[in-house]
Amino acid sequence: MKLKNWIKSIPYSQKIAPYVFISPFIIVFLMFFVYPVISTVIMSFQKVVPGQTTFVGFDNFKNLLNSDFSKAVKNNLIYTVTTIAVLIPVPLILSVFLNSKKMIGKNSFRAILFLPALVSIVVAGFTFRLIFGELPTALLNSILSNFGVKPIKWLGGPAQWTTFFALLTLCCWRWMGVNIIYYLSGLQSIPTDLYEAAHIDGAGSMQKLRYITIPLLRPVTIYILTISIYGGMAMFLESFMLFNGNRSPGGAGLTIVGYLYRLGWEQANIGYGSAIGLTLLVITLGVNVIMLKYAGLFKKGE
Amino acid sequence: MKAKRSIKLTPQTGVMLMLFIVMAVITLTPFISIFLASLRPGKEIMRQGLGLNLDTSVMSFKNYIYLFSGETAYFTWYKNSIIITAVQTVLTLFVSAFVGYGFAMYDFKLKNLLFMCVLFIMMIPMEIIMLPLFQLIIKLKLIDTIWGVILPFVAGPLPIFFFRQYLSGIPKDFLDAGRVDGCTEYGIFFRIVFPLMKPAFAAMGIFVGMNSWNNFLWPMIVLNSKDKLTLPIGLNALITPYGNNYDVLIAGAVFSVVPVIILFLLFQKYFIAGMAAGGVKG
Repeated sequence: MKLKNWIKSIPYSQKIAPYVFISPFIIVFLMFFVYPVISTVIMSFQKVVPGQTTFVGFDNFKNLLNSDFSKAVKNNLIYTVTTIAVLIPVPLILSVFLNSKKMIGKNSFRAILFLPALVSIVVAGFTFRLIFGELPTALLNSILSNFGVKPIKWLGGPAQWTTFFALLTLCCWRWMGVNIIYYLSGLQSIPTDLYEAAHIDGAGSMQKLRYITIPLLRPVTIYILTISIYGGMAMFLESFMLFNGNRSPGGAGLTIVGYLYRLGWEQANIGYGSAIGLTLLVITLGVNVIMLKYAGLFKKGE
Repeated sequence: MKAKRSIKLTPQTGVMLMLFIVMAVITLTPFISIFLASLRPGKEIMRQGLGLNLDTSVMSFKNYIYLFSGETAYFTWYKNSIIITAVQTVLTLFVSAFVGYGFAMYDFKLKNLLFMCVLFIMMIPMEIIMLPLFQLIIKLKLIDTIWGVILPFVAGPLPIFFFRQYLSGIPKDFLDAGRVDGCTEYGIFFRIVFPLMKPAFAAMGIFVGMNSWNNFLWPMIVLNSKDKLTLPIGLNALITPYGNNYDVLIAGAVFSVVPVIILFLLFQKYFIAGMAAGGVKG
């Protein structure tokens, strides 16, 4: 009888309930995150051949010091830095304009700039591959020819910057509208009386931007920075689609994940692939921790 | 608000308007050029690249007619994409709301540590663990099934985070009222709180659904039977250096984007709420 009552009381227990509610997360977290991370760590010290694994110490990591991997890291770093340099200040300014009382057609422009975010990377990537085609009749070259520019081999051409320009354009096209929406939602949470007070004190619009808008948008900026680092260091599909596969002339579009994909899948070198994954994990975490720490320190300083 | 504001065209408005018109034109150009290309024979795209050529003599709806004739696998992919998107969205929303409710409404041991784990996953690119995750999916015999695509991501960190934020705004009196009425803890969630979450479900549903519809890398790794491919994987398979499939590819690409754009135009408010979810209190 006691046991029965106890069983009956379980659904009413406020002590047990939270664990039941959280349990799906714990299961998924342990199974599909913790376990894979641990096996990445283990496999990165192994040479994995079907049916036979041997411990090889730090050999996989020593192999990472080759030129292909450093090329991939360099590509991702340049990509991350350039995308951040464009995709934070430009959306910030544009969202301030869109939020301005003097602007008309706000909703239409916001909607149009957001449209690219709806397109899958497959469709977006191959559309941009055709736009950046090397033929004189391809869109960008045909526009440039009006200004007397000779056709350029954009993707994997002799100059590295053309490939980066294409990647950067694709990235900005896709994410500009999204970042504008992040900033707009941040702007709408800034109380208007702050601006009124500043106006009474005789602040101009540049001063309002500098001393009110930018500091109060900092949480949004930190969020965009975090996801940009994440996205930039793990960038792969953009390059994969622009080059129609994981090969690009001279490794112009080689990325860390692309290198992992090449070794882990195309060459079935799982140990080495895991070492790449682990290195990327450490880089991403490191950059993010440093960034969040600085952002946090600035917060205390104010 | 209904009365139209009188808009004075100041020089500032003019400059901003010009800027945004230029931005809008640049943003729309790829859409327009791919749509124009879908009306032209695929071979010509191969020969000339994508352009803004308005030569109507070569334009027709032939590609679309061929697409709809059912001679290609296109509609199998379409059907698969719809199924995966629907199942993934419903499951992810349900599980994440359940978990988010636990985080929002209760105090318990390890709560902060576990919530840190949620935030931590948000910062880790999935590509890092895709090798061992793939091996795990094989071991679990989930390879080449939609469950292999969906289950690893069913407790999405961003939806959990969003639902927790949303539910924190619901007064706890509702819960106590339910307890007084004799509801179980789960009854409170399903009967009282669930109906209050409609706007949150709409915003996150669109966010999760859009990502699922466009998801490419992980489904490509998990699914390999021809009859199980989704739209992005199928379209990607059509991209060959010979360009012999460009008729289906380009019309198919356009037709895969159109429903999403229509949904966006109809439910813009929710799309934007869903997208902005992360940015508000990052």
